[in-house]
Amino acid sequence: MSQTTTQTATTEVNNGVNVEALLGAREALDAAPEAAQFKWRTTCEWVNGTHSRSTISSFFGLGAEQSRDRTFSVESDHPEVFAAEDNAATPVEIVLSGLASCLTAGVAAVGQHRGIQLHSVKATVEGDMDIQGILGIDDEVRNGFGTIRVHFEIDADATDDEIKALVAQSQKRSAVFDIITNPTNVVVTAN
Amino acid sequence: MKRTTTVIIGAGQSGLAFSKQLADRSIDHVLIERGEVANSWRKERWDSLRLLTPNWQSRLPAYAYDGNDPDGYMNMAEVIRFLQGYADFTGAPVETDTNVIAVRASDGGYVVTTDRGVWRCTSVVLATGACNVATVPKTARNLPDNIKSITPMDYRGPDQLDDGGVMVVGASATGVQLAREIQASGRQVTLSVGEHVRVPRLYRGRDIKWWMDTTGMMDLRYDEVDDIRRARRLPSLQLVGTPEHITLDLNALRGAGAGIVGRLAGLGNTKVQFSGSLANQCALADLKMNRLLDTIDEWITANGMERDFGAGYRFAATRLDPEPCLALDLADRGIKTVLWATGYRPDYSWLEVPVFDRKGRVRHDGGVVDAPGMYLMGLPFLRRRKSSFIDGVGDDARDLADHLCTRLHSAAA
Ligand SMILES: Cc1cc2nc3c(=O)[nH]c(=O)nc-3n(C[C@H](O)[C@H](O)[C@H](O)COP(=O)(O)OP(=O)(O)OC[C@H]3O[C@@H](n4cnc5c(N)ncnc54)[C@H](O)[C@@H]3O)c2cc1C
Repeated sequence: MSQTTTQTATTEVNNGVNVEALLGAREALDAAPEAAQFKWRTTCEWVNGTHSRSTISSFFGLGAEQSRDRTFSVESDHPEVFAAEDNAATPVEIVLSGLASCLTAGVAAVGQHRGIQLHSVKATVEGDMDIQGILGIDDEVRNGFGTIRVHFEIDADATDDEIKALVAQSQKRSAVFDIITNPTNVVVTAN
Repeated sequence: MKRTTTVIIGAGQSGLAFSKQLADRSIDHVLIERGEVANSWRKERWDSLRLLTPNWQSRLPAYAYDGNDPDGYMNMAEVIRFLQGYADFTGAPVETDTNVIAVRASDGGYVVTTDRGVWRCTSVVLATGACNVATVPKTARNLPDNIKSITPMDYRGPDQLDDGGVMVVGASATGVQLAREIQASGRQVTLSVGEHVRVPRLYRGRDIKWWMDTTGMMDLRYDEVDDIRRARRLPSLQLVGTPEHITLDLNALRGAGAGIVGRLAGLGNTKVQFSGSLANQCALADLKMNRLLDTIDEWITANGMERDFGAGYRFAATRLDPEPCLALDLADRGIKTVLWATGYRPDYSWLEVPVFDRKGRVRHDGGVVDAPGMYLMGLPFLRRRKSSFIDGVGDDARDLADHLCTRLHSAAA
């Protein structure tokens, strides 16, 4: 009882996602799973106080180093209520925007695949955090988020349920959603 | 060495249906079965199990249920009697208590080695079942010794479990059925829920299996599906066969007192973590159920049959805890047993022919295996959505027997 006839992209629908290329890649990687092994990277340098700057450029994938023409930069700091300079968003806000961007990209891609034309997509994300955890006040309080709520406002040529299904499918296929909802092995070394 | 044209391995419904097709075509064959006819139903099912397909849907080539309760669901004794009856009716040449230990290619045919002799044949049918082994996630190894681990293959009934709580992992047909009976036995159940397929038992006065059959969904072919790999991996429907025709979804289990948690994400000693994706898994299942019901409604409208069935309706969304449980300590919760209802897989450890893909699955095109004269039966969506069901093996056996026959004649020509 899966959807038996998923609509494939018709020419009129254009969310700017090349679904044919993605499906082609899926086909190719199924035959050559080694090429599906990717490594994503970032380098972060301390600036001053809680202010830091990450640069992002190369990654590994399709069996080779992949370089880009550009290097991206993401800065982070803490706000004044933490006695910091507020030069940039906090790391946790960047995590939330990572989640929102990942889900939004998924909405566009799944929409394209299902032949749903999008007009606008806006995700509003809010994460609850009890900072007694990070401040070490209460050991029973975790450092990270309690609950994260994402709300999508989507204008598209689709029914309400089709839009809900888009959003659900994008969560199902989202890397950041998985990263946040499931444990990950993190290995940290120094020098 | 004994000779025959075709060796069919396994005398469940798949092997028996194939045997009937070969007999109808006068093709010399033998069925080799490690136990008795319907061995899986005799040896590998829990005591209370009833089919989740209604009696009328127990249909095999030239043979069908003809009792007076077409809408009921067979218990195991009845399934065994039904299949044994079919074997008797067709006069299937079954060699019972014979275990196949190796199948090898040889001289354009196959040599089938059993613990009771060796057979030479030109074609071989793998009808050994899709559910030979219970699949258990690797993390199960991290469970401490004082907590029992059990699979549905070994489970017979709640009395066999220690007193105390039970964590059931997996919420497809097996998981929800066992969660229900264990909770009813007075043991607190915690049900870990990943991807699942929710359906009501009855809709607009008919069994959901009747709708899926009548609207043609079960006949959908493997080469008509958008994504066959995904279709073959789809979990079983959350269904149970009870005389009361109850719907067994997460809301029903919650109502019975079971705790509902997300997909098992981590297990270290007695500490267990669950994924935060439960709300989405439930949303996906609710939306998919509604699409199925939409399809049924559309079919009724398209056929002008609104008057024959009551009006359409929808079911309550899956209820969620406002603060879902993301981690627990098995010891603190008094959980003494973990039951892995995390699926089944076939066992081809005896198949010494290079027909496997990198995940150990047999390479085939709708049951025609990637080795001349070899056929596969009974796997999910092998040729049709109904392929793994009692009601589905007839059509597949006919198609594949046709293929086998054509090949045989072209070889002879
Ligand atoms: C818990 C459960 C409930 C199910 N409920 C339903 C239902 O309600 N309705 C429905 O239509 N379907 C149901 N199914 C699906 C399906 O009908 C069964 O799995 C059924 O047993 C499949 O029939 P089969 O003939 O393909 O395989 P099996 O019945 O498994 O038959 C394979 C036979 O091969 C034999 N065998 C295996 N290996 C060897 C070997 N090496 N040598 C010799 N013999 C061997 C086995 O002993 C067995 O008898 C259910 C499945 C399960 C697991």
